[in-house]
Amino acid sequence: MKLRLALSCIALSSYSLLTSAGPLEQQLAAYATEAKTANPAFAGFSAARGEQLHITRFGLGKPETPACTTCHGNDPRTSGKTLTGKHIDPVALSVSPGRYADPAKVEKWFRRNCNEVLGRECTPLEKGDWLAFVGSR
Amino acid sequence: MKFPTRPVVLGLLALGFSALILSRAQAGGGHYYPPVADSVVKEECGSCHLAFPPSMLPASSWKRMMGELDKHFGDDASVDPEAARKITAYLVANAGDTGGQRYGGKLLRGVDPATAPQRITTLPKWVREHREVQDWEWRHKDVRSKANCTACHADAELGYYED
Repeated sequence: MKLRLALSCIALSSYSLLTSAGPLEQQLAAYATEAKTANPAFAGFSAARGEQLHITRFGLGKPETPACTTCHGNDPRTSGKTLTGKHIDPVALSVSPGRYADPAKVEKWFRRNCNEVLGRECTPLEKGDWLAFVGSR
Repeated sequence: MKFPTRPVVLGLLALGFSALILSRAQAGGGHYYPPVADSVVKEECGSCHLAFPPSMLPASSWKRMMGELDKHFGDDASVDPEAARKITAYLVANAGDTGGQRYGGKLLRGVDPATAPQRITTLPKWVREHREVQDWEWRHKDVRSKANCTACHADAELGYYED
């Protein structure tokens, strides 16, 4: 009886660990910590701000890529296309589950794409907002 | 009995013709370049553009390119050092003047490896093969870039670059 209880406790806790702290959640938590350090008034990420970031035509990086939507398209649920014609999976998590499962890969693309659109790296706040946006779609 | 000149000559002609075709096919015909087979190379070199076959450039070109990935045709395409090492090794081993010679040899004819050319689209044979493509075709919304091979070569991903 005791063993069974212990076993189900282990099963339950590992299950909740798996569901509550996947790589994406851990990465978001790390961004939140950094955002809070940068601005103590930080009160959580916003999908609305993330969407704004996604659709704004900044034009501060490469002339060919003024906005995220240049390559990713206007609808986060449909696929995008690079300037050299390569297919890009939809950014919306609901259509591309597992797209953000590798934190190093997520960081790599933030670094490249933010530089190409904004002419600088994105802040942890912007990254968190954007992930909240695609996570909500 | 009369010697059957006609059938023999015709047969020899057919044989010669197929031998010619076969030798062309074996030499790659200049139109087949084995696609990237390594998963890391495919992922890192194939997310923004077609992962170009290593046999399309000499080894010196790939070495130079891998050393300047932070300035990759205007993009920052840098990868972590371990991945860079693996990718370089693959590209160099299968380059058009090393392991991929029988496929890239024709494309690289007249190219001095010491110049380490970076753009496949500036190789003399590439330019010659595409001389009939019109300006408006390059500017077409489904083409836009000369690096967009698949826009016209439907089977480019599989290594086939026939018309």
